[in-house]
Amino acid sequence: MTGPHWLFGRLNWQSLPFVQAYQNPSTSELIGAAAAGVAVVGALFAVIILTRFGWWRPLWRDWLTSVDHKRIGIMYIVLALVMMARGVIEGALMRTQQAAGLGGGFLAPDHFAELFSTHGTIMIFFVAMPFVTGFINYIMPLQIGARDMSFPAMNQISLGLTAAGAALIMISLVVGQFSTGGWTAYPPYTGKVFNPGPGPDYWIWSVAIAGIGSTLSGINFAVTIYKERAPGMTLLRMPLFTWTVLCTAIILIFAMPPLTVATLMLALDRYLDFHFFTSDLGGNLMNYANLFWLFGHPEVYLLVLPAYGIFSEVISTYSGKRLYGYNSLVYATMAIAVLSFTVWLHHFFTMGQGANVNIAFGIATMFIAVPTGVKVYDWMATMFRGRIRFSVPIVYSTGFLILFVIGGLTGVILANPSIDYQVHNSVFLVAHFHNVLIPGVLFGLLAGYHYWFPKAFGFRLHEGWGYVSATLWIVGFAVTFFPLYVLGIMGLPRRSVSYQDPSFSPLTLIAVIGAALILCALASLLIQLWVSIRKRHTLAVPLGDPWNGRTLEWATSSPPPDYNFAVIPQVSERDQFAWAKANGTAFEPPKRYVDIQVPRNTSVGMVFLIGGTALGFALVWYMWWLAVLSLVVMLGALIARSFISDPHRTIPAAEIEADCTDWLAQIAQSPAITRDVETTLENRGLAAVETPEESA
Amino acid sequence: MIKPSSCHLGMTLVAAMVLLAVLPDAGFAQSSFWTPQGPVAVEQKAHLIRVTLLTMIAVLPVLVLVPLMLWRYRYRNKKAKYSPEWEYSGFLDMLMWGVPIAIVIALSIQLSLSVRRLDPYRPVSTSDATLRVQVVGLDWKWLFIYPDLGIATMGEMAFPSEVQVGLTLTSDTVMQSFTVSALAGQIYVMPGMETALYLDANGPGRFQGENMQFNGTGFAQQKFDAVAMSDADFEAWVDQVRSTGVPLNVQTYQTLSVRSTQAEARAALGNSNMPQTALFFATIPDGFFAQIVDRYRTGHPVRAHEQPGAPGFDAPVPAPRQGLQE
Repeated sequence: MTGPHWLFGRLNWQSLPFVQAYQNPSTSELIGAAAAGVAVVGALFAVIILTRFGWWRPLWRDWLTSVDHKRIGIMYIVLALVMMARGVIEGALMRTQQAAGLGGGFLAPDHFAELFSTHGTIMIFFVAMPFVTGFINYIMPLQIGARDMSFPAMNQISLGLTAAGAALIMISLVVGQFSTGGWTAYPPYTGKVFNPGPGPDYWIWSVAIAGIGSTLSGINFAVTIYKERAPGMTLLRMPLFTWTVLCTAIILIFAMPPLTVATLMLALDRYLDFHFFTSDLGGNLMNYANLFWLFGHPEVYLLVLPAYGIFSEVISTYSGKRLYGYNSLVYATMAIAVLSFTVWLHHFFTMGQGANVNIAFGIATMFIAVPTGVKVYDWMATMFRGRIRFSVPIVYSTGFLILFVIGGLTGVILANPSIDYQVHNSVFLVAHFHNVLIPGVLFGLLAGYHYWFPKAFGFRLHEGWGYVSATLWIVGFAVTFFPLYVLGIMGLPRRSVSYQDPSFSPLTLIAVIGAALILCALASLLIQLWVSIRKRHTLAVPLGDPWNGRTLEWATSSPPPDYNFAVIPQVSERDQFAWAKANGTAFEPPKRYVDIQVPRNTSVGMVFLIGGTALGFALVWYMWWLAVLSLVVMLGALIARSFISDPHRTIPAAEIEADCTDWLAQIAQSPAITRDVETTLENRGLAAVETPEESA
Repeated sequence: MIKPSSCHLGMTLVAAMVLLAVLPDAGFAQSSFWTPQGPVAVEQKAHLIRVTLLTMIAVLPVLVLVPLMLWRYRYRNKKAKYSPEWEYSGFLDMLMWGVPIAIVIALSIQLSLSVRRLDPYRPVSTSDATLRVQVVGLDWKWLFIYPDLGIATMGEMAFPSEVQVGLTLTSDTVMQSFTVSALAGQIYVMPGMETALYLDANGPGRFQGENMQFNGTGFAQQKFDAVAMSDADFEAWVDQVRSTGVPLNVQTYQTLSVRSTQAEARAALGNSNMPQTALFFATIPDGFFAQIVDRYRTGHPVRAHEQPGAPGFDAPVPAPRQGLQE
């Protein structure tokens, strides 16, 4: 056995799926090679497009080096959507394999194992996390009347590290294999003795690097909310989305470190022969399970809380009504954030601990259902005596409310250890967490996408395709995952590449139809985006308030200027903008304009993106020189950055005055529209105030 | 505008009805707790139904009221009352917090009682005799050692239906999750550690047991039969194991514990007198189970070539069948 090559480490031709497919042209290998091909062609295509249209310079200047929270937010969401395309296709492929899985199927077992490992890792760390982070980045500073995050450059570094993790997973498609140990990567299976190959190392470094980015994001969000709120915005005047962001930020700060620690300890086991989680020399895999879920459970709440925040905003706005039970919702959010740290053990009720331990964690788990239930009732009470427009976000909200309570029901079922002993590790569990993550998190994010898209880009998304996509998502979800509940009760273990019991077949066939519907849902989202861009002039809502919004992000033009608000708003009420509109003070010209300082562009985030990717790649393939080099470059960039004494640029008051006056003039000339025409050409983003008397 | 709502709602209802229709009919064979064959699984199924019904008190209002609310308070229905400023009701808040708390308290009591009753470490029956079986998880098969009978098997675990089985479990590879779903739930098996599980069947029958925790490419095939028999049948079975089995010793165990499916292991060690899917061992070394558990606690490393289930363990295996033919 020879050591790694000095330049290429343990990388060789056999690491390329193309070579493997050439040597062994089975269906499974060909699918692997095709996927790698798609990744390579996609990257080349992007390069060609950028070159052809001369977009390199604007891409660098306006996006990659920008520290504007709004642009960083959009980049996070683009990253999430690209990764979601891969994750959904992988999910559909797995459903197809299981539908054909009676006695075999077409995928090799390790290929299937790679698929469920990448699918889970991608969907959690590189779809849900960046999607949520993107929304928080874009919306939260606007909602609190701030100009940017507290630490704009750190924000860019967070994005760079997250994207580096995603890049590593994409690279694993083309060079080598990904882990087969699932998204939880339990040792000793992922240890060096059982899996000496590069797979688990890809998992470790993509998750560890992205995880550090998420920790930094959490710090940034919390500090921003604590320090950057507009004058008058007390904590209990914050919009509910911002409240959920605060709780999510706190969870991020406390829940990400256990993950980082667990992955690094696993790395020490694998690279330097430590024995934290090995079976011998005092190591213990149970420590990993505890550390991982100490992160893993709060993780699902840090994802779902902002989605709850989005539903709160959406349901209140489209019901034309104040949010019912604001205080209750705040308390419920905080209760969930606290309880989320007290339930991690329910992920391994079957590990052999005593009955009393299981009872304690089972009861704690069920108690999370209380604040969650309160939230659902609060949203229903918000609809009560409202004037509900059945917009696309409300379709998603309806799907959420109906489907999510079923996910809650199965959550309560799983919280009972004596039932969990049976359905744990079965596809019942798979159905449950998809039932909370798709209707809960994803529908929330898609509702937010339709709701805030006009804010970010100045034009609405095409409603027709929105309804098509939303319906397909809802129906597709139900058809895919409800059969899995039954299959789980029938005893189909999760992660089964095949099975011998023919009674599993009919339901797996129904599920694959659902997977096809979800693929159509994703396609119609893309078509909708394309159609909307084509029709952007007729869908334009430049005045900024297309939905008769209630919170501050609607009180500025769409898209908002770099500096967000010409003058920082003075807050005196909850739902400040709705209150201002009702009192006719919403669009008063500022008395005085002053120069505004905004953070200047920097390329430090790009250094971390490239350096982080190189570091991860080098560690996976034992290219020690590259690992040292990329670490030195990243640290060097950080130190160099700290010598820049004035990281701001100034926007002169005259320029702000010109922009603002122009916007106010447009508002003065435009007719305010009522809600019945909000999906027509008449909607330019100026809302008429509608009171009960007028509408009666 | 209402179309997507009614459409998805309709679909949800249809899906729910289809599932309910499918549930009792599906060929559960005897591999699920939904067709329970032992007192523990009976109780687990009952508990599932109990919890579902109790929780429906909180869920049903949502399923009913959300569509009603959307219809009643639709934008164009100007007859419905519109109260844009209404945001709080003490009575409603009490209901919203109070009812779920009451349900969860009721559920918590049920949960505690049931977890204590169904604790896997607790004998199912205080009166029945207990047959001791030691289970070793391997990649990708289960080894069952009957220490009191001096035999061992793979692929088939028989026991008299009149007694309960007291399992002590460990793994000689990665973590796995053992279950015989029709009888009782899962328990993890982990290297260097022992867990326990009691099984009790209502009567004779053949139930599928399996590993539920992914452990590599052969995972989906890691199934076995748990067979409850009459006393006489069990005695005959033990005789068959003794007469047709090969000895379990260092060599055969080495072959058995290599990464392989049951079929491969049987091809390497079995003979035509054993059942199609099982492997019988007529003799076992003394304290074999304890040796397996203790190998991880010696203070010496277990290197890749000494670790069953590891890819490096494949190489030094003696040629199969050597010394087994006699």
